[in-house]
Amino acid sequence: MTELVDATRSAGAPDQAGARVGLEGLVRIYGATRALNGFSLTIEPGEFVALLGPSGCGKTTALRVLAGFERLDSGRVTVDGRDVSKISAQHRDMGMVFQSYSLFPNMNAINNVAFGLRMRRQHATQRRQKAAELLELVGLSDQATKYPHQMSGGQQQRVALARALAIEPRVLLLDEPLSALDAKVRGELRDQIRQLQQRLAITTVFVTHDQEEALSMADRVCVMSQGRAEQTATPAALYSRPTTPFVAEFVGISSRVPVTPVGGSVELFGQQCRVRSSDAPTPPGEVDALLRPEDVALTIDPTAKPFVTHKSFLGATTRLIVQVDGVPVRVDLRSDVAADIELGARVRPSVVSKDVLVATRTNRRDLTPE
Amino acid sequence: MNSATSDGTSVVSGPGASAPGAGDADVAPSRRRAIGRFLRPMAAMAPFSIYSFLGLGVPILAVIYYAFHSEQGRLSLSNLSLVMHGSYLLGFENSILLALITSIVPGILGLILAYAIATSRSAMLKRLVATASGVLANFGGINLTFMFIATLGSTGILTAWLSAIHLNPWNFGFNLYSFYGVVLVYLYFQVPLMVLVITPALGGLRQSWREAAENMGASSWGYWRHVGIPVLMPSVLGGMLLLFGSGFAAYATAETLTAGTVTLAPIQIGSLLAGNQLAGQENVGYAVGLGMFIVLAVTMILYGLVRRRASKWLR
Repeated sequence: MTELVDATRSAGAPDQAGARVGLEGLVRIYGATRALNGFSLTIEPGEFVALLGPSGCGKTTALRVLAGFERLDSGRVTVDGRDVSKISAQHRDMGMVFQSYSLFPNMNAINNVAFGLRMRRQHATQRRQKAAELLELVGLSDQATKYPHQMSGGQQQRVALARALAIEPRVLLLDEPLSALDAKVRGELRDQIRQLQQRLAITTVFVTHDQEEALSMADRVCVMSQGRAEQTATPAALYSRPTTPFVAEFVGISSRVPVTPVGGSVELFGQQCRVRSSDAPTPPGEVDALLRPEDVALTIDPTAKPFVTHKSFLGATTRLIVQVDGVPVRVDLRSDVAADIELGARVRPSVVSKDVLVATRTNRRDLTPE
Repeated sequence: MNSATSDGTSVVSGPGASAPGAGDADVAPSRRRAIGRFLRPMAAMAPFSIYSFLGLGVPILAVIYYAFHSEQGRLSLSNLSLVMHGSYLLGFENSILLALITSIVPGILGLILAYAIATSRSAMLKRLVATASGVLANFGGINLTFMFIATLGSTGILTAWLSAIHLNPWNFGFNLYSFYGVVLVYLYFQVPLMVLVITPALGGLRQSWREAAENMGASSWGYWRHVGIPVLMPSVLGGMLLLFGSGFAAYATAETLTAGTVTLAPIQIGSLLAGNQLAGQENVGYAVGLGMFIVLAVTMILYGLVRRRASKWLR
């Protein structure tokens, strides 16, 4: 680890923390589609923020606007308070890692890494030395003379990361950098990126549709939907305290159970539960409670109506699906506890969380067991 | 069942063991399969190989043979000596110059046009240009010559229109039936040929390379200088070589346009084949043909060397 820090410093890591980035009311329209619809987000210096959302939610557009590759229809982008909306990508001082690596095929690894320094007219000896140090930093010293097509996907993406870091960017942008890699390499590179980001304290924006990546890497996660930020919070808060039904269903797994709100509470499995307060008011009319699998406990009761229909062993936990008045409810139990519950067993569910999130009722009832 | 042998090794016998001689029986089919694998592609290639040999190999051998023999059948360098002087040498010089101009100029123009089309958002325009290029690249010879004469000849329709506004190009030194007239006509099919050849390579230039370069601080020129042009270079060189060959060997267009007044090697060969030769110089045409073969061979070798250097990153 000591070597890592030393190499980073000698590779020109910034001494000061990264820049503060502000995205204010971003609007980007393509024909009839509003790819960004008033998207706002503030990123603190040195913070690692993941933009998470389904395809078409606007996360990549937001990143491209930040990089300067897309023009804005309205809104503004600030870096340390300075409006950079009108500044070209060439002069924004941001390092970007692309999903498809995008290494220059006519340059070997070391020349790819040194490219940005060359554009900054740094002396050849210096830039080669710095590029070599950065390649060492990402563990690819022995690949310096290899061309992109001679390297694996993981190696190419490491070179791309070194290339982005070489220019000492004020902001590091990662556009789904792991999605083209196999699971093992993805895990390794994920750790490496996070480690480097923390060491270098670069403000980093990471776009992904993989919630596991977002939750495991980021300081904060911004869940996007339809060109807007649904919720921005720490991974733990996002998972345990989703403030909107979209977030509750997109991040992690939730079961929908029909309930009737009375005042600020609902009756669920015979219990009175408080409705979780959020920015959005409780929707009028019929609603569903959104329950995480770990928010439900089970008691074996031969006289109860609900019964277990599926059972999946997940290691430390086992996931059961319980039919409650025709509604499937997912329940995660410790595997040693779940071992006592047979398929078809009559059980009594109960809610263990203090409050529940409710959403307008839909007919969607996902019955597919994991 | 296992039994020990005199050298201490054990021999396995039983239902699963092969009988003596069975190995030979196994080897024979695998050898037959290997021979079959070798022969099948050979058989598929045979018709084209024979055709190429008869249409290209035999004529080249004949050209080499007769170029080095006098009319009396004696081994001689007199034919080659003759083509390295006077009008034959001029024919080569003009042909090489024509090929160079009509490979470099249309090469650049075609590249620019192809880039404009490749970056256009109009799918219809792309289809239109691709189709038009396919047609125009093969639109040479007498038809093309007539089209130019009817358009830009001394009494051509465009010449007449330009005359009406006092811009008759013939009054400014333009002559369609000259060397540069031939160059102009060749551009008509060489530019579309370059468009056809280079468009796929341009399609291979990824937008993200440009963005990555921009992100690293490169200007548009910086991107082209360090990434775009080097990446395209092998394809551009390949396209230009094709244009060079096309411009060097084209015959019908130049012959019908200039009626032999512009000295070019292919026209000289045509003339010699038609019997316009002096007594005792019947084999000179073979020597000119050999000269053309050598020029193309040297060009190919030079191209190979340059391309090897330009595309070392592809290996």
